Amino acid sequence: MSQLSSRHLLGLESTPKSDISLILDTAETFSEVIERKIKKVPTLRGITIVNLFYEPSTRTRISFELAEKRLSADTVNFSTSTSSVKKGESLRDTVQNIEAMKIDMAVVRHSSPGAPYFLTNCMEANIINAGDGSHEHPTQALLDMFTMRKKYGRLKGLRVLLVGDVKHSRVIRSNLWGLQTMGADVALCGPSTLLPREVERFGCDVYTNLDEALEGVDVVNVMRIQLERQQAGLFPSQREYTNLFGLTKDRLKRLNKNFTIMHPGPINRGVEISSEVADSKNSVILEQVTNGQSVRMAVLYLLSGRKEELA
Amino acid sequence: MTPGPNIILSDKKISRALTRISHEILERNSGAESLVIIGILTRGAILAKRIAATIKELEGVEVPVGLMDISLYRDDVHSKLEQPIVQRTDILFEIRDKNVILIDDVLYTGRTVRAALDQMVDFGRARTIQLAVLVDRGHKELPIRADYVGANIPTAMDDQVVVNVTELDGKDEVYVEIANERNR
Repeated sequence: MSQLSSRHLLGLESTPKSDISLILDTAETFSEVIERKIKKVPTLRGITIVNLFYEPSTRTRISFELAEKRLSADTVNFSTSTSSVKKGESLRDTVQNIEAMKIDMAVVRHSSPGAPYFLTNCMEANIINAGDGSHEHPTQALLDMFTMRKKYGRLKGLRVLLVGDVKHSRVIRSNLWGLQTMGADVALCGPSTLLPREVERFGCDVYTNLDEALEGVDVVNVMRIQLERQQAGLFPSQREYTNLFGLTKDRLKRLNKNFTIMHPGPINRGVEISSEVADSKNSVILEQVTNGQSVRMAVLYLLSGRKEELA
Repeated sequence: MTPGPNIILSDKKISRALTRISHEILERNSGAESLVIIGILTRGAILAKRIAATIKELEGVEVPVGLMDISLYRDDVHSKLEQPIVQRTDILFEIRDKNVILIDDVLYTGRTVRAALDQMVDFGRARTIQLAVLVDRGHKELPIRADYVGANIPTAMDDQVVVNVTELDGKDEVYVEIANERNR
């Protein structure tokens, strides 16, 4: 018997190693379930889950929704474009109204960091963070770690390089904290204008030169350059970014043998990663998507029905 | 603790019971050709492997063995604070039109078997599903009975039947922890 130490999943920064291991181990089981002919188990029958998406998302929303359906939960989808948010309703009012309809769990994506945490104080439901601004995206990092662990059989000691907009990327932050907790050797790489102040407090190697950063690396996790967050002109042009930080075939020879290319999607082909690299045999980009299912099923299963925090 | 006088099945008795069950399975199904064996994790899975090995000795037929975890089909997932650790179900063969022998160590309320039957239905339509257990201890809460039983052991509701197997526990034995002794 075992359980998570928290009844919500808000981020990986303070999630203990035992919780991450439990989620990854449980996801292993669900990866068998989604290979079955009938990819559905009755586990969450009677549980109602609302997917609150205040920001656009394809992959994460579909992945959560399928995970919920495969566990037999009832689901309701909410997106800002078609809801009363347009009429000026506040986040607190919206969720309290939704909760009044007897919701058990909420999956939340919001552009404000901390929005999921805020919700834990105004609703009883179990809250899962599906991305909050530039803070965290825990299930993405969990599925990235699951994919790495599946390939290498371990996380401890793996050299993982996270490339991209370190300052704004929630995927980088969640990966970094989760991987460090699991004992991986994490390094960051990005343009100096996209590194946060006091980046050294992350306690890992930081590079502004991709070729140097790739030396001796096992896994490269490349982030999308989020054009929607690039209005401030933090790098001169997309072309310059591609020249300096784009992952191309020529750059791969510095990596360790049996290296892995990852990308959380959606990919901008020819910007942060070349098509050749994205489609190569070392790329596990689509496996990541498949594994996202198992990991999200595991998180939903482990959090469902949890009323109290572990004392 | 030392189980002492409460041992109800010694290693020899367990081995004889499993051999008898293997014979009964073969007799009832006219051989081993149509059979598949599915053991319920954890100890049922070990008994399943042993029965398959015995059938191989007797008939020379390799019967496919699958392992099943029933946690995702339980009816009390949300009424317990702690969830059981879900293990992997491994049924790598077609069960359609097969005679499925479902194996568990102890038959008690019948709820585990109910969950296993529901799960089995999602894997395909077996010709028959038959249940073999090492110990039937009574107190069923559902209309479920075993087709093959190693030993019938009458118990009180709050007694505990402990099944040890060599592979996990170092030796084969079945004993009962009597409730009022446990509380003393």
